[in-house]
Amino acid sequence: MSHQLTEDQVRKVALLARLNITDEEVKTFTGQLSAILEYVAQLDELDTSNVEPLAHCLPIHNALREDEVRESLTNDQALANAPHRDEEFFAVPKVLGDASA
Amino acid sequence: MDQLTARELRDKIAQGEIKSQDATQAAFDAIEKTNGNIGAFLQTHKEHALKKAAQIDEKISNGDAVGSLAGLPIAIKDNMCMDVGKTTCASKYLENFHAPYNGGAVEKLNQADAVIIGKCNMDEYAMGSSTENSGLQKTANPWDTARVPGGSSGGSAAAVAAKMCWATLGSDTGGSIRQPASFCGVVGLKPTYGRVSRYGLVAYGSSLDQIGPITKTVGDAGLMLGAIAGYDNRDSTSVPETDAPVLDYLKDLDKPIENLKIGVAKEFFEVDGLDPDVAKSVKEALNLYESMGAKLVDVELPHIKYSVATYYLVATAEASSNLARYDGVHYGHRTADPKDYIDVYSSSREEGFGEEVKRRIMLGTYALSSGYYDAYYLKALKVRNLIRQDFNHAFEKVDCLMSPTAPEVAFKMGDKTDNPLKMYLSDIYTIAVNLAGMPGISIPCGLNSNNLPIGLQIISPNFTEDKLLRIANMFESKTDHHTRFPAR
Repeated sequence: MSHQLTEDQVRKVALLARLNITDEEVKTFTGQLSAILEYVAQLDELDTSNVEPLAHCLPIHNALREDEVRESLTNDQALANAPHRDEEFFAVPKVLGDASA
Repeated sequence: MDQLTARELRDKIAQGEIKSQDATQAAFDAIEKTNGNIGAFLQTHKEHALKKAAQIDEKISNGDAVGSLAGLPIAIKDNMCMDVGKTTCASKYLENFHAPYNGGAVEKLNQADAVIIGKCNMDEYAMGSSTENSGLQKTANPWDTARVPGGSSGGSAAAVAAKMCWATLGSDTGGSIRQPASFCGVVGLKPTYGRVSRYGLVAYGSSLDQIGPITKTVGDAGLMLGAIAGYDNRDSTSVPETDAPVLDYLKDLDKPIENLKIGVAKEFFEVDGLDPDVAKSVKEALNLYESMGAKLVDVELPHIKYSVATYYLVATAEASSNLARYDGVHYGHRTADPKDYIDVYSSSREEGFGEEVKRRIMLGTYALSSGYYDAYYLKALKVRNLIRQDFNHAFEKVDCLMSPTAPEVAFKMGDKTDNPLKMYLSDIYTIAVNLAGMPGISIPCGLNSNNLPIGLQIISPNFTEDKLLRIANMFESKTDHHTRFPAR
């Protein structure tokens, strides 16, 4: 597989990642990310067809607990850092009727 | 007072010889004098800390029971939530974020009666190897202020090296405790994955992140680890003590390990760009162990050369997912005048995140995206398994592995900022340890011809921090590298 990214691919990834990037950043990232992908391509040398993926290093799979109410943040604490608060709510711009949704 | 180790100061405070208030005041005096040049601290909490110190002094003079760090002035990396001051992660995005709760490690420090004096600079969201990616301030290496302190816990390492406090906490995802400890000539310990709670640690690469101490000596690292280790049911990767009990890391510290077998991988000395001074110093350290009766055993780690490539797929994939929480809605920065609701995300993130954070989110998003997941992310997880198997095979033959902590000494500011890949390679020795989960420590093992510190990395099997510290202490007790500090 080619490890060279195109500027269009970089724009698409930025959209997926919800990052606005400038035209200049598109150029920089296209070069830099291609160089990094070129470097990581060395993994292709290894035959891993019989290797299990390792997501993390502990033999812990599920950490379960009783589904019970516990002490947690108050509404005021949870809302204290909100950039825009409307009484008991996080306030956001209007969502309905937005064509980009 | 700043000549004392954390253990010595702790003992003197407990015995009433030194007041915690005086030690805490001394830390703030040192910060006032030194921090302007070094920039290790992002914030200090003088009033709060002095009040806490007074409470502990009173407890001690009343003969009340106190915790294992009673009265000791320490600092933490600014990615740990604390209900005093701000938790910025050195990001403009979180510049005004006040955490409403204490993280698990911070709670443990409070239970141990430590005095938290402030929070240290870092690479934004712990992404970097030089602290140059901080969105808020520069940190200089106390040994040479034209050079970087390492990263991402650069502020935590510089604060200890410049004697602005007696110990700090850092976090380590790919070397972020050990590499700055090496660059600043102090001790840095990354415990086993799962040993210390990450509840309240701002997440970067969740299958890799671990909190640990940065200190002047190996014994101080043991003291700090004993205080912060343990199970926490709020971190689902925290390991229950029935599976791996927290040990007394100081009890047998001074007892050497008999018949110590040290694994030495030739791969460690074949790294491109390995500074000959670093190689020489590490080989001298190995010779010293041999003279103490240890046996050097050749081991093979054939997949270790793939560590950096594996890490930058795994860590960035996890980062792209973890950082999706910064949505411009719940906390942190929001763009002033969004075009529509999608733009609340996209512009808030554009304005709040620095370049490296964006780069890693982009790389991780790409590695996880449809059509590329198998080729990149899944492939990396498989190679990660091979890397872990290399370590497991090695530990069938040896007690520990030794290597340089970093291929070089602290580099000049700006040297690597234009070339991310070059920056990533400065973690080549430390990254595999995070991928495999085991504990690793960096201890000072010499100075190069420019009077810059060199670090020795020691790695041991999971949950053998007691042994790891004893092995490190064998070296420290025979050398005086740990007594050297930068001139002021």
